[in-house]
Amino acid sequence: MQRISEEILSKCRALLEDGTADRVMGWENGEFYYDVTPAVFTKDNLDNMIYDDFCASNQSKYFILESKKEGKIVALLKPCDTYSFNQLLKENRINRDNVYVLGIPCDGKIDVQKAALLGIKGITGVKSVGDEVVFETIYGEKSCAKKDVLFEKCMSCKGKKHMIYDALSNEEQEPETAIANEDFGNRFAYIENLEHMTPDERFDFWRGELSRCIRCNACRNVCPACSCLTCVFDNPKSGVDSKANTDDFEENLFHIIRAFHVAGRCTDCGECTRVCPQNIPLHLLNRKFIKDINELYGEYQAGADIELGMPLTSYTKQDAEPSIVYERGGNK
Amino acid sequence: MQINENNKEFKPLIVAFCCNWCSYAGADLAGSSRLSYPANVKVIRVPCSCRVNPMFILRAFQRGADGVIIAGCHPGDCHYTSGNYFARRRMTLLFSMLDYMGIEKGRTRVEWISAAEGAKFSATMNEFVETIHNLGPNKKLEDLRCKE
Repeated sequence: MQRISEEILSKCRALLEDGTADRVMGWENGEFYYDVTPAVFTKDNLDNMIYDDFCASNQSKYFILESKKEGKIVALLKPCDTYSFNQLLKENRINRDNVYVLGIPCDGKIDVQKAALLGIKGITGVKSVGDEVVFETIYGEKSCAKKDVLFEKCMSCKGKKHMIYDALSNEEQEPETAIANEDFGNRFAYIENLEHMTPDERFDFWRGELSRCIRCNACRNVCPACSCLTCVFDNPKSGVDSKANTDDFEENLFHIIRAFHVAGRCTDCGECTRVCPQNIPLHLLNRKFIKDINELYGEYQAGADIELGMPLTSYTKQDAEPSIVYERGGNK
Repeated sequence: MQINENNKEFKPLIVAFCCNWCSYAGADLAGSSRLSYPANVKVIRVPCSCRVNPMFILRAFQRGADGVIIAGCHPGDCHYTSGNYFARRRMTLLFSMLDYMGIEKGRTRVEWISAAEGAKFSATMNEFVETIHNLGPNKKLEDLRCKE
């Protein structure tokens, strides 16, 4: 089965051949069919590049280092990755001159764990047919509704429009408006449910979720906003690197601080939840900050506008006092 | 924190981060004006209220504090022009997150106390200790490894 559209492959090959770029950052196959991994390609091995419904990772963070190397690299960015890429550009982390952004289309990515729960295993091929996905497996062909196997982050898709690009692989598909998705508007629904619980119920919910944390740091390492060279959690003197999985506040602290450090810069790309090996819904922490920022300081989508000031590095004299948290209705 | 086993009475431990330019001086004024505030309040001097990292607050709780109060200059009076405006946004978000995590309301507070407001410092601290006393010991945020 062809695993990459001819459009993307031929555009990349043309860019490499006419000397615009030297490398391409894309995906290659891993051990299993669904096991795709980010990789850098040159002219010689470009045929190994794949892009299909399993290529979910947000590659933006790689360009911090890749753009500092010699020569130009082609970045294959899905619409939601362009928000993170923009945010990193805004923070002067990426050298724009060394990156050629090729916008690629995305129709939602498939979570192989969700497919396994539906009994779809031994996958050897996948294709989308309308709202259905058809898997080829070693046990024969199986199909299911696409929304049942989408990643959490694709359930609240920001839209199909690229925020930044030098070229698009398919210009006909590019929509006019950025955010036009009903699910995106409903992304705070679960948070509102939590807010209507009592504090003790909320506490039990979070302790239940976060006590599963094994402190593998995957959420931190994958996060495109989390790009400090030295992280507070890497400081051995701080005592936060120890892995005590006792019933205490340590895991909560790690996750509060992790989310706080990207507050106002988090584009809600959902990578933290996608990579968590313990399936902790970490996006609920980041989204809470986004919700608060939207409510208190005005609607803000990180990465959408490269010129706009960021909510935590700006202020107004009329900002609400912190006591508003205890006074307002929503939270019980 | 060692809860006094002998008299079984809960004595809250309060950490107060006080801005060097106003609230710390306010505390001084409270002292020299012979206004009393509870001895449970441990004052930590910071150069500005925006120096207070969210980690400081969570750490204080982990290590046994029952309440944390951040006292800074009134908005508009910051020695560094705008520090307290940034602190105000950060602390609002952090307090909201703590609330979202299910921590009792009122364990954290921000107050604006100027160098001339010794009486306000004393009154605020008395009131805050009273609030924390009513909330009881901090169980949710403590870290067992940090217990002596």
